Amino acid sequence: MAAIAEELAKGQKEISVAEFFERNRQILGFDSPTKALITSVKEAVDNALDACEEANILPDIAVSVSPTEHDGEYTLVIEDNGPGVVKKQMPNIFARLLYGSRFHAIRQSRGQQGIGISAVVLYGQITTGHHAFVTSKIGHGKPAVRMELAIDTKTNQPKTFSTELDHWEKPHGTRIEVVLKARYQGGKQSVFEYLRSTSIVNPHAKITFTDPTGQAFVFDRASDEVPPKTEAIKPHPLGTELGTILKMAKHSEYRKMTTFLQKEFSSVGADTAKKLLAEAKVENVAPGDLTRDEARRLHAAFGKVKIMAPPTDCLAPIGETLVRRGLKKETEDVSPEYIATVTRPPSVWGGHPFQVEVGVVYGGTLPRDGQVRILRFANRVPLLYQQGGCEGTLGVQAVDWRRYGLEQRGGKGTPVGPAIILVHVASTKVPFTSEAKEAIAPMEEIHKEIKLALQDAARGLGRHLKKKAKRAKVSEKFDLVTKILPEINKKASTMLRKPEVDLAPIVCKIMDVVWIDDVSAEYAKLEGATLAPKAAPLPVPTSAAGGLTLEAFDGDPVEAPAEVPGVPAEPVKPKQAYLGKGTLTITNYKQKAQGFKLYAVLPDNAVFVEAEPAPRKVAERYLLWDVPKMEPAAKAEIRFDVAGVGKGDLDGLDLYVEGINEINVVGADPWHGGEE
Amino acid sequence: MSTDAGGRPLTKKQREAAAIKSMDGIAGRIYEHLKAGSIPELQLASRNKSNIVFDDMHRVWKYGAGMTTRSAMKTDGAYMLLRTMYMSEFIKDMVANEKSSTLREMYYISEGWDMGKFGAQNESDGLAEDLEVMTGRLREDFKLRPEENGAAMTGDLKVVETTRTGSRRTIHCQDDVGDAGYNIPYNVEPDRLRFKDVNVDFVVAIETGGMFARLAENGFDTSANCGLVHLKGQPARSTRRLLKRLNEESGLPVIVFTDGDPWSYRIFASVAYGAIKTAHISEYLATPTAQYLGITPSDITNYDLPSDKLTDRDVEALKSELADPRFDDELWRGEIEYQLQLGKKSEQQALAKYGLDFVTDTYLPEKLTEMGILR
Repeated sequence: MAAIAEELAKGQKEISVAEFFERNRQILGFDSPTKALITSVKEAVDNALDACEEANILPDIAVSVSPTEHDGEYTLVIEDNGPGVVKKQMPNIFARLLYGSRFHAIRQSRGQQGIGISAVVLYGQITTGHHAFVTSKIGHGKPAVRMELAIDTKTNQPKTFSTELDHWEKPHGTRIEVVLKARYQGGKQSVFEYLRSTSIVNPHAKITFTDPTGQAFVFDRASDEVPPKTEAIKPHPLGTELGTILKMAKHSEYRKMTTFLQKEFSSVGADTAKKLLAEAKVENVAPGDLTRDEARRLHAAFGKVKIMAPPTDCLAPIGETLVRRGLKKETEDVSPEYIATVTRPPSVWGGHPFQVEVGVVYGGTLPRDGQVRILRFANRVPLLYQQGGCEGTLGVQAVDWRRYGLEQRGGKGTPVGPAIILVHVASTKVPFTSEAKEAIAPMEEIHKEIKLALQDAARGLGRHLKKKAKRAKVSEKFDLVTKILPEINKKASTMLRKPEVDLAPIVCKIMDVVWIDDVSAEYAKLEGATLAPKAAPLPVPTSAAGGLTLEAFDGDPVEAPAEVPGVPAEPVKPKQAYLGKGTLTITNYKQKAQGFKLYAVLPDNAVFVEAEPAPRKVAERYLLWDVPKMEPAAKAEIRFDVAGVGKGDLDGLDLYVEGINEINVVGADPWHGGEE
Repeated sequence: MSTDAGGRPLTKKQREAAAIKSMDGIAGRIYEHLKAGSIPELQLASRNKSNIVFDDMHRVWKYGAGMTTRSAMKTDGAYMLLRTMYMSEFIKDMVANEKSSTLREMYYISEGWDMGKFGAQNESDGLAEDLEVMTGRLREDFKLRPEENGAAMTGDLKVVETTRTGSRRTIHCQDDVGDAGYNIPYNVEPDRLRFKDVNVDFVVAIETGGMFARLAENGFDTSANCGLVHLKGQPARSTRRLLKRLNEESGLPVIVFTDGDPWSYRIFASVAYGAIKTAHISEYLATPTAQYLGITPSDITNYDLPSDKLTDRDVEALKSELADPRFDDELWRGEIEYQLQLGKKSEQQALAKYGLDFVTDTYLPEKLTEMGILR
């Protein structure tokens, strides 16, 4: 036997990670030439967005895919305006697998393992034999550095073939050029759709895409705010595995177990630490000396002792307003009639904080008889593959959409109708089904949150559809009184040679409602300096607390951007730079005089400027008018100016009424909110 | 209707003045509503099977007291009122300008009525009838006429027609006409058409062109000394009016000879009792003394005629006739129930089973003798 083992040993040797990848590319999402191209774009764009976010830079990313002289080979170039990479680190970051800054940090970020971009370099190298060219510049006055890089697949070490200094106009940024075997195609799973989806959940990014035919597409930014930098947090006991506990203990700088638990884990205080150690019967042990058995008992204690949930302020959701804006911008071609977005409060799964955001886009030219399109995202990254097994899809299928106006066989499964449903899960650890990060693994807590968020958004859709149906019914009458009846009047009086009759009383009899038109609005671009004095408080941060109108309403303090070495800080810009001038028209088609209260719910971040007539109340979230008694057939108009809104934010604003029976009103719902 | 209070026929001028007054009356009803601040509406008799009653005096079926209201409260009603206004104005203009149009022409003209246009011609034809119902006048007074439908007559009688130039022309319905017979015009009122030298004993009204031609070719009009009228399916108003005048003015019995199926019974009903659609003018169009000759369901058995199976629609129509007040007599109930039991129907021309002459040599003489027309 020994002889055989000796013989076998001759063939046994270390397999480098790079070699492993070479043989198992599907694990990282490089299984087919089509998928490999999208994955490559994704890895590079993820990196660019993450880097810009960390440096508080508004990303400007250019992606180009161009054919080479060889069939099936493409040149992929991705260039960003991020902070750049220092020369020393360039080979490691681009040509060494599992090298990165984010692997050890527990925080919400797009890339994590450090496999991403170097895998692209390796894939190109394996499939075409070409080396990658990387250019990077870290600031004004510094030269750009251009390197030709490849990975030594045996040792997983970077190989640098050339290093040159280059002149680059832009102040900072990174450019990577890779030749790879790929297939370019259109459709739902395409580079174009990937970038379009990316743009929806990264409304602060501008992405330019040049396709193989040379046609350029710009996914412009819908927001000038860089998402706040996410903070790294310490591991929560519930999300820690046995081996991790041992490793952490072994490397701990602390001498006492109580200090170790408090300082190296999140949500553990002195009291909890004591309880944990008592439960695990671990006493008088220095962390460095923790035995496997003791660690096992400690791990078990994590599950028994009640520990506070992990902090959730480390998450950076996109926010309802920005998801709406992103969706609005990227669905312009189908001109949807309704968009609802919901951001849930943070929650926790297995010791990891997470937060769910959803959006529902309805109507326009979206196909009415097909299944709705589901857009899934994890940490602002679109998921294009494995839709079926993904929690994002399962969450959508768990909602009974029939209640909210979509078709769904048996109240289960993907609904049918003219809609797009967006699901975004942000977490310090998204439970992916595989390393290729293509789908979110089913997880009870996440499932529940997605369902709650979707139901919330769907209720909005349901209300919208109900309102629309009522309006359609009444607007038929509207046609009757505005077109048919005057014509009958005209004909009768012409035939009889008598004067036409005043139709107002009859119109009221037929309509018998108070009709409120959808808000129509115009938008004027505002530069900070040109803001009217009343609107000037707009860029003032919350700390300068004043009247209600002085606050930024989303509760996020407007932070000054962090200083990035070599990068000039970007000036603080007003959050949104439009002044919305809205008009509300109310017509009393009842036969009696009518007076009531009218509420207009403001978009997030909007700041009231002025209105005619003046509102009775300017609250944080709404404006309230007393509509005085209007005589039958009387028309009233309310004009109001709101600053700090995005283009289109006022269109179809939610309106509510109080002090009048809702069945007598078209265009507004009954107010249940009380007065804040 | 087309007579004055004293029963004298109205002059052309009188009829025109009456038509204009009627149209203004409709506009006036709407205008009064508008002026009073109430939702405009028009009422007219319901034109359906459940609202026809037997008029003892005229012995025809007419509309009962059931009324339909067309109100501008609802969009559909408002459109109907608008169309009514357009049509009234159009009729008024035609009368004033001494023009007339076919129903089809009016339908095409209505294409230009903006929101008042119709979806299909049957809608505009229907509204023209509604105007008759509302005003108690005839659509001929409104200068509206149907397309010529080609119904024909033959027999030993003369008609005196007013020609286009206003002179009169006498036509003998055998000697002066070809195989197709005398073509019945759309207006058979006395000012256009009179009868002269009526030498026939009775009139046979025939559903199909094939049978009309057979009887003419066999010389049945001469041998039985009768008039033959081709109904051409569901007979036009002028055909029914002509039969009524022959019946009333010349005292001729009218015999109806059709296929043996439920649709043909309805043809008889419209000749004898009045059609549901035109029940407002039944006393003007219907010939209450008209008699049904055949083909009866009993004939199918008695003459062992070739037959087809009743379709589901036939059965449905027969059942509907059992619920139709016009067929509510013993003879019809018995025949219809027998046919339902038999499950068969036969055409007039099924008689050809026994040769081309069978119908004139055997069937008609037998049946007419049975009915007491021939002796």
